[in-house]
Amino acid sequence: MGSQGGFYQSKEFLDLVKSIGEARSKAEEDRIVLNEIETLKRRISEPDIPKRKMKEYIIRLVYVEMLGHDASFGYIHAVKMTHDDSLLVKRTGYLAVTLFLNEDHDLIILIVNTIQKDLKSDNFLVVCAALNAVSKLINEETIPAVLPQVVELLAHPKEAVRKKAIMALHRFYQKSPSSVSHLVSNFRKRLCDNDPGVMGATLCPLFDLITRDVNSYKDLVISFVSILKQVVERRVPKAYDYHQMPAPFIQIKLLKILALLGSGDKQSSAKMYTVVGDIFRKCDSSSNIGNAILYECICCVSSIYPNPKLLESAADVISRFLKSDSHNLKYMGVDALGRLIKISPEIAEQHQLAVIDCLEDPDDTLKRKTFELLYKMTKSTNVEVIVDRMIDYMISINDNHYKTEIASRCVELAEQFAPSNRWFIQTMNKVFEHAGDLVNIKVAHNLMRLIAEGFGEDDDTADSQLRSSAVESYLCILGEPKLPSVFLQVICWVLGEYGTTDGKFSASYIIGKLCDVAEAYSNDETVKAYAVTALMKIHTFEIAAGRKVDMLPECQSLMEELLASHSTDLQQRAYELQAVIGLDAHAVACIMPSDASCEDIEVDKGLSFLNGYIQESIEKGAQPYIPESERSGMLNISNFRSQDHHEASSHGLRFEAYELPKPIVQSKIPPASLASTELVPVPEKMYPRESYQTTVPSVSSDAGPSELKLRLDGVQMKWGRPTFSPATSTSNSTISQKTVNGITQVDGASTANSRTRETYDSRKPQVEISPEKKKLAASLFGGSSKTEKRAATGHKISKSSSHMVEKSHVPKSSMEVASEKTPPVQQPLDLLDLGEPTVTSTVPSVDPFKQLEGLVDTTQVASAVNHGLTAAAKSPDIMALYSETPADGDLLSGVLNPSMTNMPGGTTTRQSMPRSKGPNPKDSLEKDALVRQMGVTPASQNPNLFKDLLG
Amino acid sequence: MIHFVLLISRQGKVRLTKWYSPYSQKERTKVIRELSGVILTRGPKLCNFVEWRGFKVVYKRYASLYFCMCIDQDDNELEILEIIHHYVEILDRYFGSVCELDLIFNFHKAYYILDELLIAGELQESSKKTVARLIAAQDSLVETAKEQASSISNIIAQATK
Repeated sequence: MGSQGGFYQSKEFLDLVKSIGEARSKAEEDRIVLNEIETLKRRISEPDIPKRKMKEYIIRLVYVEMLGHDASFGYIHAVKMTHDDSLLVKRTGYLAVTLFLNEDHDLIILIVNTIQKDLKSDNFLVVCAALNAVSKLINEETIPAVLPQVVELLAHPKEAVRKKAIMALHRFYQKSPSSVSHLVSNFRKRLCDNDPGVMGATLCPLFDLITRDVNSYKDLVISFVSILKQVVERRVPKAYDYHQMPAPFIQIKLLKILALLGSGDKQSSAKMYTVVGDIFRKCDSSSNIGNAILYECICCVSSIYPNPKLLESAADVISRFLKSDSHNLKYMGVDALGRLIKISPEIAEQHQLAVIDCLEDPDDTLKRKTFELLYKMTKSTNVEVIVDRMIDYMISINDNHYKTEIASRCVELAEQFAPSNRWFIQTMNKVFEHAGDLVNIKVAHNLMRLIAEGFGEDDDTADSQLRSSAVESYLCILGEPKLPSVFLQVICWVLGEYGTTDGKFSASYIIGKLCDVAEAYSNDETVKAYAVTALMKIHTFEIAAGRKVDMLPECQSLMEELLASHSTDLQQRAYELQAVIGLDAHAVACIMPSDASCEDIEVDKGLSFLNGYIQESIEKGAQPYIPESERSGMLNISNFRSQDHHEASSHGLRFEAYELPKPIVQSKIPPASLASTELVPVPEKMYPRESYQTTVPSVSSDAGPSELKLRLDGVQMKWGRPTFSPATSTSNSTISQKTVNGITQVDGASTANSRTRETYDSRKPQVEISPEKKKLAASLFGGSSKTEKRAATGHKISKSSSHMVEKSHVPKSSMEVASEKTPPVQQPLDLLDLGEPTVTSTVPSVDPFKQLEGLVDTTQVASAVNHGLTAAAKSPDIMALYSETPADGDLLSGVLNPSMTNMPGGTTTRQSMPRSKGPNPKDSLEKDALVRQMGVTPASQNPNLFKDLLG
Repeated sequence: MIHFVLLISRQGKVRLTKWYSPYSQKERTKVIRELSGVILTRGPKLCNFVEWRGFKVVYKRYASLYFCMCIDQDDNELEILEIIHHYVEILDRYFGSVCELDLIFNFHKAYYILDELLIAGELQESSKKTVARLIAAQDSLVETAKEQASSISNIIAQATK
């Protein structure tokens, strides 16, 4: 059944594959494929194509589609194939449709009928093929059509069918939980199936069910535990062993389920402790699969109710992972550490150096995982170091997806733990500068709010310091090219509001800068709008302060441009600015009060301040205002009102039809307005519009900027946490002082806290454990004390941690001894990966084709005669060992190989493997001969194609 | 859950793709291009995992072929590595020292085997023996059908001579 039977396709297809294989460029490949598509289009629609030919066409279609081209013209033929009576053809049809169609494709409706029929077939292979298709193609609407049959199949005599039926039901559950909610008992029943494969498959839907509703399955804890116990004690059939591990995939699934069931449940957790402890003890940590189970154990232990003994075992495994040379294990170790520190934060300390190594590793994946860990262990004591690191990394990458994520994490950490507002602003500047377009706009609003509100306490000097530092930093940053829009908006707002407050910078300087911004980013209307409003503020503040301001020429030209702008918003702002400049100091101060962005604007809804004016007008003979509800003649009144709502700034054309006139009774909607009409002759709803037209400045300009500048309402208030009040910051410094007199290493903690940036930039060599690394470790982990109480004992902790650093040499060296012992055991693992250099030594370095060219004839005969014979000749020694299944020697040699590769005596396996498997060159030669027979000459430059995937 | 399985050669050629989550043809092409760019350039000593668009991609290289599987954030990477290896071992047993060329010309068989191993993005069978038995059952069917077909075509050929 091996490769010799494989090439039964036509020469055409082989040629296609070959020519694609030899294509030098993507363009050439595309050309070939497009050609093929044309051919297929023509051929496939010919009448009376023999089934066999059709099957090949469909497989060629699959191939074309796999290469990323559109084969939709042939989908219908694939669907037709599923209707065929012969399983052989049907199977190809099912394979093709499952690969072609997504569950929402229109053609699926044509298959449902066939599937229904096939599910009832006597031949279990037909049923299996149909179930495969069911789990890919059936969508929410078609579930009811097949559900009864699938449920029936749960009791099928063949375990393969039961298993697939379970998986299909699982898929249904994922698609639409309600459709199978009444069938849950079936899953429970199948858990006791006497075939381990079916039982293992049942764990998948149960895992999902338990994820959504833990409490209904607590009764199963005992069953799961006992199954796991049986598996661990090797009571499942040998066939489920994988690399000498009893049914590891089932173990992992069970551990996942137990983790869910035991989460926060002391009673259930107690039942699991023994078996999890057993796995920790029994698991072979030298194989990858063993480590996979150990990792899952750690996940389980960190999820269930904590047990000190298990936590200890978990910590041991983690330290083994972290100390391993394998990047994979380090990665898993860091991940596991992140899970465990939630329960026992102190375990991070002993791994600080390993974690820092991971952080500095060139492997991006490992680095990111480590950042995730740091994110989880951030506290107010180490936030500066961590966020600085994150930002440095953020700057260095250009994967937008991850950049967004890490930027939002930086913001989150900075908001939660910022030690000082100044630091916060600097951090935010960096985040905005480098990832501004990726962060949420809310973050910008938060930042503006912070600057405006300051500490939220009555410390005015600190607030103004904060503002002037912000202004200074922004003026500095403005020099850089290409800033993100969001950041510019913040800058403009802050400069407008506080640019001249402390008197350090002259108004004309700030105005000049703002004009530069508006000019440099002339495509960005929002930024321009912010800039103009900022200009207006600066001007009004100057006027209000009684200083004379002259329009700078650049400002003048900007205004001229904006007065004629296409954007009505910009135009309006420009006109407002023009109008405001002409007013006197008193009026201006009312319009634009200084530093009042956070004050609530009280709206006098009754507009009582106009009463005098109205009275005067009436006395002069004006008509008194008739409230809307009392009018009948004016039809479009209600329109005015609705217009007032959305037509805030522009008088543009309305394109929607006018509303139909409504009966008067309907139009008196708010009872409140009715009440007010009695007091004030002018109804409130009408007024804003009128005031607009007459441009009473107090209303329009006040509402305008406050609306566009800063939408404070609805923005979360995250500020003013007591953590970064000055009190705690002083306590921080006392801690570091205390530690200073302890050990020299610890003085890094204080410097790192205050001047972390410099320490990083100056950090260069890192042989063994460089002092910088120690510093970093101290600043990351040293302050891991969470509460104030522990902070008081910080002296002791840091001292012990420095001992740990030294101590860690001792266990490390012992670990080295251990790891020196392990290599021979790990060796066979490496062997399987042909990428490793070890394998090349077993494979002759000479090109096998050239070397064996002369031998072609003889071996060709040999392979033609009987492949099975050679296999049989190879296996007698093995047969003696395993006399269970002497019938299929061909199969047997295969069974043994993988298990042999993992025998503890790694060296012997290495030698025996090529022998038992058939020497590499010989096998390749057979294949080569065969391919040549088919008329395909493989490009000899690529002998890789013949290389065994498994060495 | 496994969202998709990709087999890519070292030159970036696609050898097999199987999608368990819905992706449009356009997205598929993009995914393959993006991932082969990331994975093929990674050094040999690095992790076999890549974080990608909020998912994780676990890959392993066998000779000149990369086997990649995309999984959820909270799945066990080491387990997925072993599922890949499990698949390769089954392929190896089926083809008898499997090489890339086997998969190129018999990609549909690789699909059939994968269908016995994974369903809807979950591992359905962890016993190599069971998978092998099922595939053998299907193949014996193919063999008999082929014999019949060839004997019939022989008869036809002779009759029309």
